[in-house]
Amino acid sequence: MTREALLPLAVLAALAVAPLAGFGGSYELTLLARAMILGMAAVSLSFLVGGAGLVSLGHAASLGVGAYAVAILDAHGVTEALIVLPVAVAAAAGFSLLTGAVAIRTSGVHFIMITLAFGQMAFFTTSSLAAYGGDDGYTLYGRTEVAGTRLLENRLAFHYICLGLLALTWGLCAMLLASRFGRVLRAARENAQRVEAVGLAPYPFRLVGYAIAGALGGLAGVLLANATEFVSPATLSWQRSGELLFMVILGGVGRLWGAILGALAFVLLETWLAEQMQHWKLVFGPLLVLAVLFLKGGLSGLVARRHG
Amino acid sequence: MAEPLLRLEDLRKHYGGLDVTDGVSLDVMPGEIHAVIGPNGAGKTTLIHEITGIVAPDSGRILFAGQDITRLSLPRRVRAGLARSFQITSIVAGFSARENVALAAQARSGSSFRFLRPASGEAVLNDTAMAALDLVGLADRAAVPAGTLSHGEKRALEIAIALATRPRLLLLDEPLAGAGPEETERLIALLKRLGADYTILLVEHDMQAVFALADRISVLVYGRVIATGTVPEIRGNAEVRAAYLGEDDA
Repeated sequence: MTREALLPLAVLAALAVAPLAGFGGSYELTLLARAMILGMAAVSLSFLVGGAGLVSLGHAASLGVGAYAVAILDAHGVTEALIVLPVAVAAAAGFSLLTGAVAIRTSGVHFIMITLAFGQMAFFTTSSLAAYGGDDGYTLYGRTEVAGTRLLENRLAFHYICLGLLALTWGLCAMLLASRFGRVLRAARENAQRVEAVGLAPYPFRLVGYAIAGALGGLAGVLLANATEFVSPATLSWQRSGELLFMVILGGVGRLWGAILGALAFVLLETWLAEQMQHWKLVFGPLLVLAVLFLKGGLSGLVARRHG
Repeated sequence: MAEPLLRLEDLRKHYGGLDVTDGVSLDVMPGEIHAVIGPNGAGKTTLIHEITGIVAPDSGRILFAGQDITRLSLPRRVRAGLARSFQITSIVAGFSARENVALAAQARSGSSFRFLRPASGEAVLNDTAMAALDLVGLADRAAVPAGTLSHGEKRALEIAIALATRPRLLLLDEPLAGAGPEETERLIALLKRLGADYTILLVEHDMQAVFALADRISVLVYGRVIATGTVPEIRGNAEVRAAYLGEDDA
């Protein structure tokens, strides 16, 4: 194993010991859970962007579909994770499969715009769901139960569940990219014509990849709904999609685990700055621009150069 | 006479008022190296695009091993056994030379919808890739990122990729384009070796190379085949000399 292969494990290990190393308060745990959940969404987006070359500006929609599945089931009295989780993940995968079937026929800027359009479509759909709060959003009766237990109510347990699913998401995406399937995706990202000229049409591979990323986004959405016990159209606003894309770029596009760093840095910096000053966005924006300009390979590139 | 492996029947393609392919009929026989030559603007590239399915002809038929492939997509033609190289080298620059070829081997060996095992650990694919790289003289460059190979090496790599798809016909679009004199010599020797085992349709600008390699030559001028024959026949053809050779320094 090369040293670079150990770096993502180091990041996950740091998150595992964080509650024991002075970050175990409810404030810190809430913040870390949010970062890990957005990290999951960012890793699945990084799989699309860095792996398959599909720059989606609508990834928050899959997050939102997952979150709204929790809300809608909650409103109908279904709060069991064994039901909620598969339904939410399947709904997000289905949404991605349907929208991807159209979007993946385009490329470049057109792909970005069409994913954005589908994202907005989902946004306005949720805004009009009057039964589930409409614009105001929907407050859950409680967190999803796991096999009848209130496991997720325990902040520490929730922390480790988020961490476990984050590790699972990363491991799954890494495994997929290394497989035959991922080799086709990676080759098609660089040179689709070459893939066709060896006898493979990139389209079905990209579509399946898009649906898998959507399913993982939906999984993150389930956790996000549980973290805040509240779901609103803001979950799937296009700004959220942009933030996810930003986390991927900040972390480094070529490395999946970079998205975890990107999400952590983004959430922590955003929170810290917001506590320091009222007009924190005036500082946050330029900081992000500088990071993109001067961090070649993103945060993960920086870490890899130091320790790789 | 044996059945042709590739048969073009009266292919036509217009762009506006221009007949880029103007009734081309051509047979490539199994085992031969068949060269298509012609001055710039003769429609060679369009013809290649029609044969590989990138451009659809307005009319006419393309038969490959007796099967009508006129309406098949490029990937399906490749799976039927038609491999091509590109005029402008087309490789995956970020992959190693070996992974470039392994991708082609993978396309030919079972489904690519496999999600669990790391593809780089599949011995069968790697062995196939190494055999093809060895054949084109790139075995010792297998681990090098393809983007950093020299121009001639990239050309050879593209041929190795084509070989790994287990083609019945190799369609080489100006394989010598942009190669230096030494590289050209090496590539000609390579093509000569491949000619012993493969049927090749060669579109090439370099007349010396064509005369050294081809069993038969078809001359394309303004979208029409004005002559098909052996090297001496083409050299001696007055119409060809007038249309083509006379205006070249070859």
